[in-house]
Amino acid sequence: MTDIDKTAAGAQGTPAAGPEGLRAIPVRHYGRYVSAVIAIAILFAIIYAFGQGKINWHAIPDYFFDHRIMQGVGKTLLLTVLSMVIGIVGGIVLAVMRLSKNPVTSSIAWFYIWFFRGTPVLVQLFLWFNLGLVFEYINLGPIYKNYWSDFMTPLLTALLGLGLNEAAYMAEICRAGLLAVDEGQTEAAHALGMSHGKTLRRIVIPQAMRVIVPPTGNEVINMLKTTSLVAAVQYPELFRFAQDIGQNSGAPVEMYFLAAAWYLIMTSVLSVGQFYIERYYARGSSRQLPATPWQKVRANMLSLGRPKGGMA
Amino acid sequence: MTDKPSKVQDSMPTGNVPMVKAEGVHKSFGHVQVLKGIDLEVKPGEVFCLIGPSGSGKSTFLRCINHLEKINAGRLYVDGELVGYRQKGEKLYELKDSEVALKRRDIGMVFQRFNLFPHMTAAENVIEAPVQVKGVGKSQARERAMQLLERVGLADKAGNYPSQLSGGQQQRVAIARALAMDPKLMLFDEPTSALDPELVGDVLDVMRDLAESGMTMVVVTHEMGFAREVGDSLVFMDGGVVVESGHPRDVLTNPQHERTQSFLSKVL
Repeated sequence: MTDIDKTAAGAQGTPAAGPEGLRAIPVRHYGRYVSAVIAIAILFAIIYAFGQGKINWHAIPDYFFDHRIMQGVGKTLLLTVLSMVIGIVGGIVLAVMRLSKNPVTSSIAWFYIWFFRGTPVLVQLFLWFNLGLVFEYINLGPIYKNYWSDFMTPLLTALLGLGLNEAAYMAEICRAGLLAVDEGQTEAAHALGMSHGKTLRRIVIPQAMRVIVPPTGNEVINMLKTTSLVAAVQYPELFRFAQDIGQNSGAPVEMYFLAAAWYLIMTSVLSVGQFYIERYYARGSSRQLPATPWQKVRANMLSLGRPKGGMA
Repeated sequence: MTDKPSKVQDSMPTGNVPMVKAEGVHKSFGHVQVLKGIDLEVKPGEVFCLIGPSGSGKSTFLRCINHLEKINAGRLYVDGELVGYRQKGEKLYELKDSEVALKRRDIGMVFQRFNLFPHMTAAENVIEAPVQVKGVGKSQARERAMQLLERVGLADKAGNYPSQLSGGQQQRVAIARALAMDPKLMLFDEPTSALDPELVGDVLDVMRDLAESGMTMVVVTHEMGFAREVGDSLVFMDGGVVVESGHPRDVLTNPQHERTQSFLSKVL
């Protein structure tokens, strides 16, 4: 154990060969300096071009916290959360159906996934919206009866369209996660007398989460962006409000930039959350938990310009 | 501790009911016949060693004992009760999953690849089954877990995750985990085969200690030294049949069968 500390300390300078530490001039990577300069130059050229363009940048801060924009942000988040809940619950059910030994349930799940993954989500949204052509009424006996067009509000269309589509993707992610857990784990749990359900809940799913969480985080971020599609079925969310304001205030392009900034802010916050959730489920799987961004920044500051050393 | 089945230590002389009894056990995977009629008997309190070349079916037979594999023909009894089935007259009825699980409580199993739960610490691994399966209180289970970890020499590693333990330490935690259910029978599936040579001794010591306490053990092993010193009976399997059986000292030093001789000349 103590040797590890020593090498870690030695990596701060040049690698230590013995107690005194070896002194050597590190290799200079001139290519790295050149490529850095070129990349920065191109970056500035792009920024300059945008600065020169006929874009009224002042319109963006003016409307950034406009109450309609804020309402749109709220609606977008609501839509993301609800659609993901539908997607995750549906995905788990479909994954279990798909892995079940019952050929009927597994075929139905296969068919569902085949259909919803194989058609564009925008097309699905329009289909849900216009399903009134097939079902004139919705009739749940004594509980509920209405015209389809009244029943299928823009919110419900959006939720069904996004959520059911997402369920197909989540099913595949969950299935991969469940299959990734070593069979020996199930055997060990069974050998201890645990039931199927307990084995799944206590042993398999917690380990599957490590595989499931990263792509699910991806899906959440994707979903947040995909919600902009529901503007097409008349549901007012961030993108639609930004469009409306753009048309009324005569600054349409500026409002697209504004919407983009808001989407970026929201996805950034989600990425941070994802990192910490992943870190939680990584416990026990590796000897050391991955460093938090702050820990990485500190390590990089200290080792900047030095050959890759093992800063812990 | 609060459960009904009597413990091994007190149940040793319960008449002459063998702990494990196999009658013509057959098992095949698809078209491959792995077990071709195994007959054997494990007495209570006995250390029963299974040796043989790989592919001889010894691990498969072990897994049949706690119904991780279903047998295709023959009868297999543990403590006088049919494994995986119930017999009424001439007819056999498959047991429900919950009934199979209930029987597995009393049979501990140690795997070649340890199969510790990687998302739990050593102590949590040991506590898991008593709490989840038997409904033992958390604090009581923890206390017992610490005793068991002490017994396998790992009390100071209770808070470590499996990935932070060596192979030998992981296997000893796995033994403690199986013992936490107070089994009447322990199955060992090549418990030292995945270990570095210098770690084998620690695991064998724990097993020797367990044998001395009177536990009935069925051990699939390549450790001939262990089989000779600790074993009470030994069976040599090859090609899905029992080729030779007897006291380990006799079989290992004076094998009668030609296949046994050629196998032992390679491993000893």
